[in-house]
Amino acid sequence: MSGLAFDLAHLFAGLMVLVCFLMLYQDRLYSLLNTFALHAFVLALAVAWQAYIQDAPQLYVTATIALVFKAIVIPVALHRLIRRMDLHREVETVGGIGRTMLVGMALVALSISVMLPVTAAAGTLAREDLAFALSVVLLGLLMMITRRNAVSQVVGFMSLENGLILAATGAKGMPLVVEISVAFSILIAFIVIGIFLFRIRERFDTVDVGALDTFRGDLR
Amino acid sequence: MALNPAYLLQGLQMALAVALAPLLTGLVRLVKARLLRRRGPSILQPYRDLLRLIRKEAVIAENASWLFRAAPYLIFAATWVAMALVPTFATGLPFSWSADLIAIVALLGSARFFQALAGMDVGTSFGGIGSSREVMIASLAEPAMLMVAFTVSLLAHSTQLSTISETLQYSTVGLRISVAMVLVALILVALAENARIPVDNPATHLELTMIHEAMVLEYSGRHLAMIEFGAALKLLLYVSLIGAIFMPVGMAHAGDGPGALAIGFGVYLAKLAGGGAALGVLEVSIAKMRVFRVPEFLGSAFMLGFLATLLLFVSKGGLR
Repeated sequence: MSGLAFDLAHLFAGLMVLVCFLMLYQDRLYSLLNTFALHAFVLALAVAWQAYIQDAPQLYVTATIALVFKAIVIPVALHRLIRRMDLHREVETVGGIGRTMLVGMALVALSISVMLPVTAAAGTLAREDLAFALSVVLLGLLMMITRRNAVSQVVGFMSLENGLILAATGAKGMPLVVEISVAFSILIAFIVIGIFLFRIRERFDTVDVGALDTFRGDLR
Repeated sequence: MALNPAYLLQGLQMALAVALAPLLTGLVRLVKARLLRRRGPSILQPYRDLLRLIRKEAVIAENASWLFRAAPYLIFAATWVAMALVPTFATGLPFSWSADLIAIVALLGSARFFQALAGMDVGTSFGGIGSSREVMIASLAEPAMLMVAFTVSLLAHSTQLSTISETLQYSTVGLRISVAMVLVALILVALAENARIPVDNPATHLELTMIHEAMVLEYSGRHLAMIEFGAALKLLLYVSLIGAIFMPVGMAHAGDGPGALAIGFGVYLAKLAGGGAALGVLEVSIAKMRVFRVPEFLGSAFMLGFLATLLLFVSKGGLR
């Protein structure tokens, strides 16, 4: 494989990790959503580039799905949701951005040190793609853990799924059927979570999931 | 005794740095003024300021110790030596073999150490505030700077700045995301170290949020001239450093003929002009941040540097 092909794939995958950190850094909901749209856009670029260098036309469909659903439809829908629920002024209380960032960096180091020995037999492209994808997945999980707002937990969930798609396209040969069904299950999940959000809000007048804990009597 | 031409070039580079430093400061001020639709002072104004300060009487507080008087010269000397190690228009000059990128960071660190001490020496509250903030920023900026140094050294297999810039000039390093991240990290560190706008306002003289100016508030006359000169030199150093590492095009090498040297010189001047103009535009377009947000700002620089080092390990077959 030529150097440029690899370099660009590396660039896009690395950018995805970087945008994950940008998402961890945002504390306003609107800017978080915009960053998420950027994340999905970079994912679409990365997948399209993989389609080109692997000569796998079905991956273009994956890229289009990522671009249309994740970079446009879901962020726009979440924007409207936030406006309707009047959350756009809410500043999230994140437990210290600096600490979250440090944990995030440790997670990236962990995923690289785990992935490199395990995939020693695979090609370099699949190797680095898997390492990056695992870090994106872990950073998405971190996002879901550190946020208390339900909307940003949804965003964390979606970015985790972006990491899964990155892994699937890097390792050759995910069937298109699986890909489409995953995309639609994400959409269904989004709708379910949307309804869920309204229910939480109706009952507790907030989307802070801490309210659920208090209601159950777990905390305080 | 015939002078070795390499040493002649080194001397030329050091003289050039001193000659150009106020010009760069003047250029940044001019760009900022023009963008604000002011006419602004002449680009040569910093030279006139320095001359005026040198001629003026130096007023020293009664309880100032010898350190207060020595610090400006120490700061200027350390910055100048660090500047002599950075390749400007040519790589491989004799001094650059005697110390590496980490030594440059250390020299700048010791300059700042003396500055912080001098700020506290007279015992005014402004000096103390300035020193404490400066040291806080330094303790955050230096790890980020070292991460930058690690990444470029891993790429070039050397901590020598000359080798690094030659490697990046000729080898097929290719499109590396690490290099882009390190560039952003270095720019963030440079803004913080030079007390430029998102961190500190270089145009203020009496404000509660000032950092650099608070430390040097007690200085006057020739001492203030040395400190201002040192600050201008430091700005030139960072612009040259970014140019030498990330835009090493057109640099001459040790032993090249006068033609290549002339090209290198012209390209260097163009780089400085570009860097100065970019800094001016940046300063006009963003606002100063609160002092307590600076750790986040520099933390992101550290994060970028660290991430760049990590990503280097998964790039093309690990490290070459």
